[in-house]
Amino acid sequence: MYVYDGYDQTFLEERVAQFRDQVRRRLAGDLSEDEFKPLRLTNGLYLQLHAYMLRVAIPYGTLSAAQLRQLAHVARRYDKGFGHFTTRQNIQYHWMKLEQVPDALADLARVQMHGLQTSGNCIRNVTADHWAGVAADEIEDPRVYCEIVRQWSTLHPEFSFLPRKFKIAITGSPNDRAAVRVHDIGLRMHRNAEGEVGFEVMVGGGLGRTPIIARTIRDFLPKRHLLSYLEAILRVYNQLGRRDNIYKARIKILVHELGVAKMAEMVEAEWRSLKDGPLALPAEEIARIQAHFTPPVYPDSPVFTPEFDALRLSDAGFRRWLKVNVAPHRQLGYAIVTLSLKPEGGVPGDMTADQMDAVAALADRHSFGEVRVTHTQNLVLPHVRRADLPALWRGLSELGLATANIGQVTDIIACPGLDYCALANARSIPVAQRITQRFSDLARVHDIGELKIKISGCINACGHHHVGHIGILGVDKGGEEFYQITLGGSEDQNASLGAIVGPAVPNEVIVDAVQTVIETYLSLRRPQERFLDTYRRVGMAPFKERLYAAA
Amino acid sequence: MPLLKGGVVAVDRWQCAANGETLPADGPVIVPFVRWRAERETLIGRNAPVGVRLTNTDPVADLAPDLDRLELIVLEFPKFTDGRAYSQARLLRERYGYRGELRAAGNVLRDQLLFMQRCGFDAFELTQGQPVQAWVAATNEFTVFYQPAGDGRNSAMQLRRAAILAN
Repeated sequence: MYVYDGYDQTFLEERVAQFRDQVRRRLAGDLSEDEFKPLRLTNGLYLQLHAYMLRVAIPYGTLSAAQLRQLAHVARRYDKGFGHFTTRQNIQYHWMKLEQVPDALADLARVQMHGLQTSGNCIRNVTADHWAGVAADEIEDPRVYCEIVRQWSTLHPEFSFLPRKFKIAITGSPNDRAAVRVHDIGLRMHRNAEGEVGFEVMVGGGLGRTPIIARTIRDFLPKRHLLSYLEAILRVYNQLGRRDNIYKARIKILVHELGVAKMAEMVEAEWRSLKDGPLALPAEEIARIQAHFTPPVYPDSPVFTPEFDALRLSDAGFRRWLKVNVAPHRQLGYAIVTLSLKPEGGVPGDMTADQMDAVAALADRHSFGEVRVTHTQNLVLPHVRRADLPALWRGLSELGLATANIGQVTDIIACPGLDYCALANARSIPVAQRITQRFSDLARVHDIGELKIKISGCINACGHHHVGHIGILGVDKGGEEFYQITLGGSEDQNASLGAIVGPAVPNEVIVDAVQTVIETYLSLRRPQERFLDTYRRVGMAPFKERLYAAA
Repeated sequence: MPLLKGGVVAVDRWQCAANGETLPADGPVIVPFVRWRAERETLIGRNAPVGVRLTNTDPVADLAPDLDRLELIVLEFPKFTDGRAYSQARLLRERYGYRGELRAAGNVLRDQLLFMQRCGFDAFELTQGQPVQAWVAATNEFTVFYQPAGDGRNSAMQLRRAAILAN
């Protein structure tokens, strides 16, 4: 993984000192809250319902064991002993004290971590496929380009006061696990007819109150021009993006109003003036960053061992876990293991400091000291010997991190909702908890199969409900929590937006409604047919019929 | 309002003449962009320095042929959170080669000075007190920069490349 050099470390320490001074000026009364707000937001510090929340970036989702231990330390020392992994490869601490934040950031800087680009109207933390570098279907490791973009976008002087936040995601695989089509810019690596690897450039995707799937403005961008092309897009957006209405300020609205052809034309015109300037990426610079992401040297390891075979035969729990939490690795004899942060009755994405320390130890023992964070609020150990799977499974089970539900009905994405967030209309977490309790039988969960439920507590859609196979949106009706259900959303390479089934349902019956939707699917599905496929085949009518039959 | 230039408080020798106001008989004058377009010949014939004040939606490309005639361009930050003038500044400096004074006006605060300077501004109508102190603090907070911009500083990537090539 990328390791800071002297330039990076000096920068980060200067950044910590700058924020320490800004906090000092705020506490001394030299800065008003209005003046301080954008400064603290540049450092990931939000003021929420009960306390300050600090959001820490995990660039492109890659963490070392040492960094995870430091996240545990921050949770213990400055928060209430836990952290919350978000839907954008960040971790949040919800109970911070303003005067302690500079010290927390100094502790994070020691392991090359920070809260930059996790809030404010800037280019946000760049996200990537959480299986980058190990996925069997990968063309090239997208983290190399994420790191290049991370550096370029760090305190960018021109783009720190954009009309609105700006999110970039990169996938290096044809199977999109980074949801690039619902980002302001999505980059998909692929090979052109000459065999050269470059990027398809998509713009204007996003969720929120106006969900839109990104449109392609360039089929193939050579790597050399990555930064100049991004700068061209951002410059067009910075000048023309709407600033009169916060809900119309994202680039998706600009693309919609200009039309994608006009947008592409303007970007290309801007880019022609930039492409051969100082942003051009020399091949040597790409190679220098690439060297940081060289895979570990994998000692030969067997695909099966007697212990593995015996456990698989004897233990249904182990079999279930292998089926959905363990994925093929590009190296024979190795596996990618997803740790579920979605136990029955748990808060999606929450993790205690003790669990973080324990996972760091498991990463050292079984995964070359490397951990990944997924946008689905789980963790990944990316390089596990298949021979170690029985031991790892037992270790994770003791920690409560081996729930065999990845990609299943209880692997729910949920925003913090009204339990924490000042913007929310309704709670998200308790709905997720009740669904996991309703579907606590893993045999039944596996019978239902792949099913992605995503819950947002308000229309800002931090829980990505528009792209849930089943989406749940919390709404406020006369002071009561109601939930609107959407069906048929998807965030992968065949991205689609969910459609609203009908009127929102009250809090007391939302879990029953989800169960009704699932039972309708079970009654309609063909052999091997996933929920999403059934929905796409039969459409909304039968679901709507069953859901509102009684009403 | 104090004018900060070259790190010191400078005397502002410019007068403003808004649309419809009488042009001063002599001395440097700043006019809005629309007035420059309407009265360009008169302003050039006046035989005194001319500056133009742009709103942050005025297209800087339209000014490109005239940049040699202008000693001052004023760009506006109606709110410090409205960052359009950063792009205007970089275009003027880096694309069109403007070398005169580039002044930031409006809601110009200490914590944005470095961004402005990096984009090519060299004069600032600062809305807060203690401008020199603010300038010294803001421009010395960082020694590492990640992007090539309008200030001529080398980016970290450029410095790394230079170090590799030197060995």
